[in-house]
Amino acid sequence: MEVNKFTFKQLDQPKQPSMAKIKLVLLITVITNLGACSSLGVEPWERDLLAKKSMALTSSPVDSALDDHIYFSKEASSGGKNFGGGGCGCN
Amino acid sequence: MTNNKDIKALLSIAASALLGSGVATTSTVQAKEVDEWQFDGAFLLYSEVDRVTASEVILAGSRTFENDEVLNLKLTVDVLTGASANGAVAQPNAQTFTRPSGNGQYVTPAGETPLDDTFHDTRVQLNGQWTQPLAGNITGSIGGHFSKEYDYLSLGINGNLAYDFNKKNSTISMGLSYFQDTFTPEGGIPKPFSSMLVGDSSSHEWDSEFAKTRIGSSENKGTTDILIGFSQVINRRMITAFNYSYSMVDGYLTDPFKIVSVLNAEDLAQDYIYENRPDSRVKQSSFMQAKYHFDDHLFNTVVDVSYRYMWDDWDINSHTIDSRFNIPFGRASYLEPHIRYYQQSAADFFQPFIIEKQTPVSYVSADYRIGEMTAVTIGAKYGLVLNGGNELSFRLEYYRQMPTNAGLTEPETLNGLDIYPVVEAVIAQVSYSF
Repeated sequence: MEVNKFTFKQLDQPKQPSMAKIKLVLLITVITNLGACSSLGVEPWERDLLAKKSMALTSSPVDSALDDHIYFSKEASSGGKNFGGGGCGCN
Repeated sequence: MTNNKDIKALLSIAASALLGSGVATTSTVQAKEVDEWQFDGAFLLYSEVDRVTASEVILAGSRTFENDEVLNLKLTVDVLTGASANGAVAQPNAQTFTRPSGNGQYVTPAGETPLDDTFHDTRVQLNGQWTQPLAGNITGSIGGHFSKEYDYLSLGINGNLAYDFNKKNSTISMGLSYFQDTFTPEGGIPKPFSSMLVGDSSSHEWDSEFAKTRIGSSENKGTTDILIGFSQVINRRMITAFNYSYSMVDGYLTDPFKIVSVLNAEDLAQDYIYENRPDSRVKQSSFMQAKYHFDDHLFNTVVDVSYRYMWDDWDINSHTIDSRFNIPFGRASYLEPHIRYYQQSAADFFQPFIIEKQTPVSYVSADYRIGEMTAVTIGAKYGLVLNGGNELSFRLEYYRQMPTNAGLTEPETLNGLDIYPVVEAVIAQVSYSF
């Protein structure tokens, strides 16, 4: 009876995944996702739309620089897309 | 058009001369160089209601060389005038403050947010960036930054490596930058927590008494940024980008122009003390962006949506959602509505005022820019492609900052006073690419 009771208790305890296992799962997920990237994308001759100026990640660098300066001066956050850096003693 | 070409030719020669590459020796070479420079010019006016007005001019030149090397040069000049919140809280009575320079005083009427109207500064900034292909699919880039104001000097360098793979559909990049800033405010660096001297600034003792509230004439800070990025083309119509950045700032992070009101038992300001911020800050952010090109049914609109989450060791975290919709009209023009939403929490040492009897604190600032706040930008840009491919564009936006109470109990005396005033600004810009 005692043996059975022991077995029952062991089954009842939820298994806690170790930190190493969580990291392994995360790593596999990341690698799988990166692998999936190889099926994403286009052939060089399919870049007609992507080559347009309006499709560039930063389509207007001048607007972007002006905006960065405004928001750097007026808010507590900066950067993220580009370097946040120093640069002015803004009021 | 002739004038246009003349301007471009002159700028090209000027840029070449600055680079030491020499003005072209033959007319043939000169013509070739002229063709290779591309310029972007912009004038921006940023104007807050009753506060700061900034005018900014940018001239950016870009030249691509034979082996895909790219040189970018940028000159920025801006002029700042107007009033800025000094940090003190509105009161039921008029308040007198000493200017940061120590020369003279100004009075804020009862019930109004104290603004120091002495700000006037001109800034000149130069940026240079050299980008070139290295081995295989690796691109390298290095750059420099110089910025000078009357009381501020900033020098910066940066480097970036990008690796393209999967038929250039995927790119991993890593960048490093370092900025060294020197602040030399007029009137010197105030002593943290010392009381603002208010009184007769023409008296004999004034200068020596004012000097007691100063600890030096200049301070420095260094900023190191690490940026890791990944961009991925999803399909013919969509591209995405993901960034993580880590930023360490060390040195003088206090604003020497900002003060904090000290209120007595009746909630009336008895004193104004100079603020004090920690001498280091670590900021991290994750950024993601997606761009999608719709088809004819949605007018070939390009949607650009990005989200940034920023957090730091001052307990500030922020969310930024930015979206633009580029809608083409025919072949020659486009309209681009823009909506931006920003929300930040307060720094753990932010306090709109101090109560006289409260426990002393190590750091304090009443600068609303590190307090809890929501901000919205809404506007549009209209662009027109002219003959010869030059582009003229106009941008008009409205920016509204709405500071909010981070959970502090407001004293009764201050009821009816605007402790968290809204700041409104108009952003107007004209750009020309040639």
